[in-house]
Amino acid sequence: MALLTVKDLAVGYGSQIVAENINFEVNTGDYLCIVGENGSGKSTLMKTLLGLQKPERGQIIKGEGLMENEIGYLPQQSPVQRDFPASVREVVLSGCQGRGGFRPFYSAEDKKKASENMEKMGITDLASKCYRELSGGQQQRVLLARALCATRKLLLLDEPVSGLDPKVTAEMYALISELNKEKVTIIMISHDIGTAVNYADHILHVGENVFFGTRDEYLGSKAGKFFLMMQSRDSEHPVMYKPRKTMTNMEDKDNG
Amino acid sequence: MDKLFLALQYPFVRYAIIVGVLIALCSSLLGVTLVLKRFSYIGDGLSHVAFGAMAIAGVLNLTNNMIVAMPITVISAILLLRTGQNAKIKGDAAIAMISVGALAFGYLIMNVFSTSANLSGDVCSTLFGSTSILTLKGSDVWLSMILSLVVVVTFILFYNRIFAVTFDENFAKATGTRTEVYNLIIAVITAVIIVLAMNLVGSLLISALVIFPALSAMKLFKSFKSVTICSVVLSVVCALAGMVISIITGTPVGSTIVAADMVVFGICCLIGRLCEGNR
Repeated sequence: MALLTVKDLAVGYGSQIVAENINFEVNTGDYLCIVGENGSGKSTLMKTLLGLQKPERGQIIKGEGLMENEIGYLPQQSPVQRDFPASVREVVLSGCQGRGGFRPFYSAEDKKKASENMEKMGITDLASKCYRELSGGQQQRVLLARALCATRKLLLLDEPVSGLDPKVTAEMYALISELNKEKVTIIMISHDIGTAVNYADHILHVGENVFFGTRDEYLGSKAGKFFLMMQSRDSEHPVMYKPRKTMTNMEDKDNG
Repeated sequence: MDKLFLALQYPFVRYAIIVGVLIALCSSLLGVTLVLKRFSYIGDGLSHVAFGAMAIAGVLNLTNNMIVAMPITVISAILLLRTGQNAKIKGDAAIAMISVGALAFGYLIMNVFSTSANLSGDVCSTLFGSTSILTLKGSDVWLSMILSLVVVVTFILFYNRIFAVTFDENFAKATGTRTEVYNLIIAVITAVIIVLAMNLVGSLLISALVIFPALSAMKLFKSFKSVTICSVVLSVVCALAGMVISIITGTPVGSTIVAADMVVFGICCLIGRLCEGNR
């Protein structure tokens, strides 16, 4: 049984359906990238997976003992957060909140977990800094550390690099790959198909024709070919077809 | 000074100061959350509802107005929060509708059914709280103390959850926090605080008591905990200063407190600017 099985799912709001006929499976350790044009229903699909809204049709089946509150989530930034007075430590700790049950305060274990995750994201020295005064890349690291406090099983990332500069973007992707190697299952929304095929091992393309398959199957499919063509025409650096491992290694070296 | 010590000999002045400090403490606790959740105006809307409820209580000739005002305000708070989510009528429009409606209705029934000889005086004191704090009885003080204690304990117990729900509601919901419940708790506490605070500053000035300390503290501090503590301290200091000044100079209590809050806000803005300039 897969970690997450989605059958004939249709998502939307009100009675308007924005994406339908979605079928896919996510197994532990997968790196799934959800791609599609603006307005194709990527974010709505993600909200439905998170249980923030109900599916219009179809089913989302959780397997392998995945509980309701074991999906970590990296949201797009909301305007409220931009002027929110909170220290980095407070934000990261709030990730431990869902598992606390009826306990009103954080346990020593929660605090240890928060410190570990801050260490992992390289933000320990920022712990007492104010969240709103950090750079975009640092803020994303803080939110990623918070998501890791909530779960080590499955992370949903909603456009994790939007608004970041190329260097920070590369660092962010390297960080996510690193997590994936540690058996954290990743579902990432992106409209950057080039990166999607470089990092992910499965692709879900939402739109008029829904595609789901491995990265290689996607590169051979009609939708994949079309988008790669568009991409290589638009950018000076056409998408590279190197195996995933080498790409990540290269980036690791750059960062080090 | 002599005037102040003389005044302190009267029990009703001591009552007023105790209750005033408690109200200032409670009202500033949730201020940060309400400002950040863009709920500032819910406080204002609810205070008008409380005015309407007070008018009904006045007409019914009840000895304790809070018995009527408290449940009505709490129910309105829950309703306002629900409409904010379902959004058939958008949040701010719903608040405006309910608050103005309650205000008009309250004044209307006060006019039609009132037995009091001094109607405009009654209305004025309900709106601006000019005298009611000085007419508190021992039982009112106890009630205020118990309610304040409930508010403070609830806030401390749910502090981490209130933080999570305020900072990122979607994340909290996705990771298993029951956000509807905590939004409800926030709304109910807000309603309780507002009914309590009607005694001190009257229904028109309550929002100031909720919002000013939070905004001032946000100019100075960077973490949620320090902002919350600072806003409580500022609020209590302003309330005390306002009450003392009003005793000495004979100005109305509510507006003096709000004026003190505004002065402190100005000072905090200046300090915040200076600190930013130094960096």
